Amino acid sequence: MVTIKELSKEEYLLKGHAACAGCGPAISLRLLFKALGNKVVLVVPACCTTVIQGPYPYTSFEVPLQNILFESTAAAASGIVAALHQRKIGGITVVGWAGDGGTVDIGIQALSGAAERETDFIYICYDNEAYGNTGVQRSGATPYGAWTTTTPFGKKERKKDMPLIMAAHRIPYVATACPSYPIDFVNKLRKAKEIKGTKYIHILAPCPTGWRYDTSKTVELGRLAVQTGLWALFEIEYGKFKLNSPSDRLIDKAKRKPIKEYLALQGRFRSLTDEGTEKIQKWVDEDWDKYRKLTLNSTSDFASYGTT
Amino acid sequence: MAEMLIDTANHIAGYAAKAARVKVVAAYPITPQTTIVEKIAEFVETGKMDIEYIRVESEHSAMVACIGAAAAGVRTFTATSAHGLALMHEALHWASGSRLPIVMAVVNRAMGAPWSIWPDFSDSLSQRDTGWLQFYCADNQEVFDTILQAYKLCENERVFLPAMICLEGFILSHTYMPVKIPEQKKVDDFLPPYKSGWTLDINNPFSHSNLVAPEWYMEFRYMIQEAMENAKRLIPVIDKEYGKTFGVEHGGLIEKYKCEDADLILLTMGTMGSEAKIAVENLRKDGLKVGSARIRVFRPFPTEEIEKLAEQAQMLAAIDRHISFGMEGFLATEIKACLSNQKDRPLVAGFIAGLGGRDVTSGTIEKIAKKSLKQMRDGKVERETEWVDLKE
Repeated sequence: MVTIKELSKEEYLLKGHAACAGCGPAISLRLLFKALGNKVVLVVPACCTTVIQGPYPYTSFEVPLQNILFESTAAAASGIVAALHQRKIGGITVVGWAGDGGTVDIGIQALSGAAERETDFIYICYDNEAYGNTGVQRSGATPYGAWTTTTPFGKKERKKDMPLIMAAHRIPYVATACPSYPIDFVNKLRKAKEIKGTKYIHILAPCPTGWRYDTSKTVELGRLAVQTGLWALFEIEYGKFKLNSPSDRLIDKAKRKPIKEYLALQGRFRSLTDEGTEKIQKWVDEDWDKYRKLTLNSTSDFASYGTT
Repeated sequence: MAEMLIDTANHIAGYAAKAARVKVVAAYPITPQTTIVEKIAEFVETGKMDIEYIRVESEHSAMVACIGAAAAGVRTFTATSAHGLALMHEALHWASGSRLPIVMAVVNRAMGAPWSIWPDFSDSLSQRDTGWLQFYCADNQEVFDTILQAYKLCENERVFLPAMICLEGFILSHTYMPVKIPEQKKVDDFLPPYKSGWTLDINNPFSHSNLVAPEWYMEFRYMIQEAMENAKRLIPVIDKEYGKTFGVEHGGLIEKYKCEDADLILLTMGTMGSEAKIAVENLRKDGLKVGSARIRVFRPFPTEEIEKLAEQAQMLAAIDRHISFGMEGFLATEIKACLSNQKDRPLVAGFIAGLGGRDVTSGTIEKIAKKSLKQMRDGKVERETEWVDLKE
C-alpha cells in the first residue's frame, strides 16, 4: 500500500498530450504510469487515448504503445504476452487500456476470450459512459437518463454491469476505481501487477466534454459518484468481494448523499424527470443491497475463481 | 536426412509451421482448415513444438493476436478459410499496414450464403487489396515449400509484409500426396531466425500505428507498393535458392508449361494448373499448340511475365475459380489490365469454372481450350466471360 507521499515522482505521461481540459481518463493514465512504472507495454484500441497520445511522429507516453483495432485490445495483448513469454522476457506488464465502448460493447468478445484463456495481463476499462472520441454517442455503459448525441432525450436503458460480468469469468482480480481516489486506484494497480492471470479494473472516468460540466469539476464529479453510491469502489480478489474506502462506509443508506447532488452538476441529465431520478435512486439502493450481501457473505457469489 | 511423408496438405502446412520454427500460433477452427490447427495441437501437446498456442475465440482475434505477437518480436503462423478470412478482413489491413511478416495458410472455400464448404477462390480474392502477398499452390509439396519461402520473403527488409498461402479445400487440404520434408538443419540454414522492421521495446518507447495526418499517409501506402514490387523481384530468386538447397522449385511467379511455341495459353491458379497441364498434353497429341501458365503469385501480380506471354501467344484464356459480381473473374481483369498498353495484343477470353467446389477436370479445360482456339481462329471473342458447364 502506498500513501500519497510515497507516490512516484516520475511522469511517463508527458506534457503536451492532446486530451481535453479536465479529462478524467488523462488523470487516470498519469496515475497508471505512477503505479506501474515504465516497464509497461500499452495496448490501445480506437478510443480517446488514440488522440491523447498525439499524432505520428509524436507520442506523449514514455512506454511502447501498440495501437490496435477497436474490438481487439485483449486479443493483441494475448499475442504480446505470448511473444514475451516465448522470448523469456520477464518483468514487463502488458496493459490493455480501452474505453467503455471498446470494452463493454465491441470489445467484449475478445476480452471474454482472453479472460477465459487466463491471459496474464491487466485490462483497464476507462469508462466515460459514452463513445467520447467520436463525439459522445450512447454506449452500453451510458447510464439511464443520460443525454448523448444518439440519445438526445436521454438513454432509456440501464448501464451494463461490466465488473460483475468479468467477475463471472472467475478471474483472480476484478476491481473498480475512480481517479478522484488516486491512492485507491494506484494500490489496486500495484496489487494487480503482482497477481498472475487476467486482472480487470474498471475506472469511472468523468468527461467534461460528454457529461456537460465545467472542466474544473472532474475530481469533484468522481467523488460525488462514489459518495452518492452510484459508483462503488470494490475489489474481488480470488472471489472475495470487498468494498474499499470510502464505499465501505456507505452500506447504510443514510450515509450516502442523494444522487441528485451528482446528477444536477451535469448537463447530460438536464432532461431527466423526477420520476427518472427516483428510478435511478431505487436501482442504486438495490445495488447496495447486493453489495451488502456480498460483503456479509463474500463466498456466496464469486467463490469459484481463477487459475487452474 | 530428408523424410518422405504421405499426408494431406493441411497436415503438411502444420509440418511447415513446425519446420519454420514459429513461436506463436493463434488460430480458430473452421472447415476445411481444421486439420491444420489439430496437427499443430498434436505437435504442441506431444512436445514436438515449443510454442505459445493461443486457441482464440474468433478469427478476428486470431489475426490480431498474431499482430501482437509479431510486434513483440516472434515468428507467427495462423490458418483459416472463407468466412474466417472475411471476419479477419480489417485485421488483414492492420497487419500489412503495420508491416508485420505474418504467414497464414488459407484453405480456400466458397463464401456463403448459401453455405458451402467446398473450394473456390472467392474468399482469398476478396482480400486482394489488403496488402498481403498471395500465393496459390497446386500440390502438397508446394504448400510446404511455399510456407518456408514465404517466411524468408516476408522477413526480408525490402518486403516486411504478410503473406497468405492459399490451397484449395479438400482438393488439397484433405488429399494425401507424397511430400519431401527436408532435414531441420537445412531448413534452419535457409531460414534464419525471425526478423521484423520493428519491435515493441520498453527501452525504445514508440507509439506504433498512431494517427497519421494526410501529409504522411500516402507515403506509407507508397512504401507498401514498393515492398510489393521488391517482393516481385525476390520471389523468383528465393524460389531458385530454395530449389538449389532442397531440389524442388515451383516456377517463381508463374509456373509455365509448354508456353514457348503456344498459340493459346491457358491461365489458371491453384490445382486447376495441374489439370491444365494434362489438358495441354492431350491437346498437343491432336497437334494443337496450347500451353499452360499457372499464376502462382496473385499479389504482387506478375505483370511483366504476363506481358511476355502475350508477346508470343495469339490468344489467352483466363480460367477463374472466382467471380467479381457485375464484372468478371479477377484473373481475367488483371490480365486484360496488364495488356492494355501493349501493341498487337492477343485476344483474352474469360471463363468462370469450379465455383463452390464443382470439379474442374482436364476434360473441362480441354473444352475451354477448344472454344478459345475457335475464337482465336475467328479473330474475335464472342463473350467476354463464359460460365463453364452452367446448367440452363
